[in-house]
Amino acid sequence: MNHSPVPAVEVLSANKTYSNGTQALLPVDLRIEEGEFVTLLGPSGCGKSTLLKMVAGLLDPTDGRLLLWRKPVQQLAEVGKKMSFVFQSPTLMPWATVEKNVRLPLDLAGIDPQTANEKVKEVLALVGLSKFAKSLPRALSGGMQMRVSIARGLVTDPDLLLMDEPFGALDEITRHRLDAELLDLWQKKKLTVIFVTHSIHEAVYLSNRVVMMAARPGRIVEEFQIPEPYPRHADFMVSTGFSHHAKQLQDSLMRASAGQEEHFS
Amino acid sequence: MSAPQANRMLQPWSQNPKIQKIIYPIAVGIILIAIWQGLVTGLNLPPYLVPSPVLMMKTLLTDWAMLGLALWVTVKITLFAFAVATILGVLISFVFVQSKRIESALFPYAVLLQVTPIVAIAPLIIIWVKDPTLSMIICASLVALFPIISNTTLGLRSVEPDLQSYFALNRASRWQVLWRLRIPSALPYFFGGLRISSGLSLIGAVVAEFVAGTGGTGAGLAYQILQAGFQLNIPRMFAALLLISLTGVFLFLFMSWLSRKALGGWHSSEVTGE
Repeated sequence: MNHSPVPAVEVLSANKTYSNGTQALLPVDLRIEEGEFVTLLGPSGCGKSTLLKMVAGLLDPTDGRLLLWRKPVQQLAEVGKKMSFVFQSPTLMPWATVEKNVRLPLDLAGIDPQTANEKVKEVLALVGLSKFAKSLPRALSGGMQMRVSIARGLVTDPDLLLMDEPFGALDEITRHRLDAELLDLWQKKKLTVIFVTHSIHEAVYLSNRVVMMAARPGRIVEEFQIPEPYPRHADFMVSTGFSHHAKQLQDSLMRASAGQEEHFS
Repeated sequence: MSAPQANRMLQPWSQNPKIQKIIYPIAVGIILIAIWQGLVTGLNLPPYLVPSPVLMMKTLLTDWAMLGLALWVTVKITLFAFAVATILGVLISFVFVQSKRIESALFPYAVLLQVTPIVAIAPLIIIWVKDPTLSMIICASLVALFPIISNTTLGLRSVEPDLQSYFALNRASRWQVLWRLRIPSALPYFFGGLRISSGLSLIGAVVAEFVAGTGGTGAGLAYQILQAGFQLNIPRMFAALLLISLTGVFLFLFMSWLSRKALGGWHSSEVTGE
């Protein structure tokens, strides 16, 4: 892996307390190198989405700092870096065609239409949706809509891709396929990815590193390296290495959830 | 997609849901008119109580010079009022969505305007505004205004939160958010408001005419109904009533068509065949 001296993401004792006193996230420290695929894994309410949204600048930390390439997110453009966010739902504009949805970030940035259209064509081909450029989102399946959303995330050539449980609402088969496609894109585009999920299998399959979080209050409890080579194919998911990591994560997740067991008794 | 369509084409035309949607109400209409005609003839009801449909149509033709002119007057007031209400309503809702504070300060007055019966304000407006046509347009606009304001305001606010976050992440300007996100999101609500307001502006026009209508070339349908009532010319009353109803139906159909055109296939309220 490429350990550049400047980390892509630094979270410096950032925490989040809501005005009603709820501690969404205790002070968290996290460093993510350029080119890493890091997954935030944990039970619901552990603050993984909160952390991701703080990295994106969608939420301000109550205290602490978050830096991308040593800059606050608002000044990211100064170091020539770009960030994209993919939401849990496709969040497409229902009135606009697939190509117009994908072109949105370019339009908002004022890129000239010709360059933008070429870029859109390129990413639509990348996610295999060239034929649906003129379709409206509602004509597409959930998996295809999610691919449009990813295409929109990639069209700006981001360096950092933040994904908030992007495939959580999809069926198992579609999810596996999109996971594989995502890994492919990550390698091709040399992206840095922070991926939020509650699926252990997804975390092991995708990541270099898994950050385990626990709830009430939200915090980071453990980190795991997944030192398995890429490209990872479907047979990786039935290998002993995979099971070993999955078991480790499972145990950790049990420990992370231990404090919540009163809810089930 | 193509198989069910082909199937639909093979079905006899009477099974086609689109044709059924037209045929059924027409059949009900014909039956009702036949019963009406039958009752009037059978019970030998005098035309000054209930005219038969045939007499109504005859009156419509013989009085067409007068009724057609009246129709034009009423339609003119309705359309003017509808246009004024639409423009004003949209402008007001744009002001409302600028800040919650502005909305909470002004919204009660919009409600006040809505709940005060127009017949109660109409005499005032007539005193203040000398021109009768103008005063009628103002009355009808006031009636039609509220649904546009409330629907458009709701629409401009009902932006999907994640999509709004996405625009924020991309540092979209206030203008870009309005133009690319808020306005398209508001369209279905806006058209809903238009459909309600189109009917209301006709009602407003008729009420305004009752209060402020004048005779002569400025006489609208409501004024003709009033006059026909005084003269016990019940067939003409019915003919005028028919014209008002048809105007309302036409307005509604036109607005529905417009809404379908504008929203195309993207909004669930306008997607058929599912």
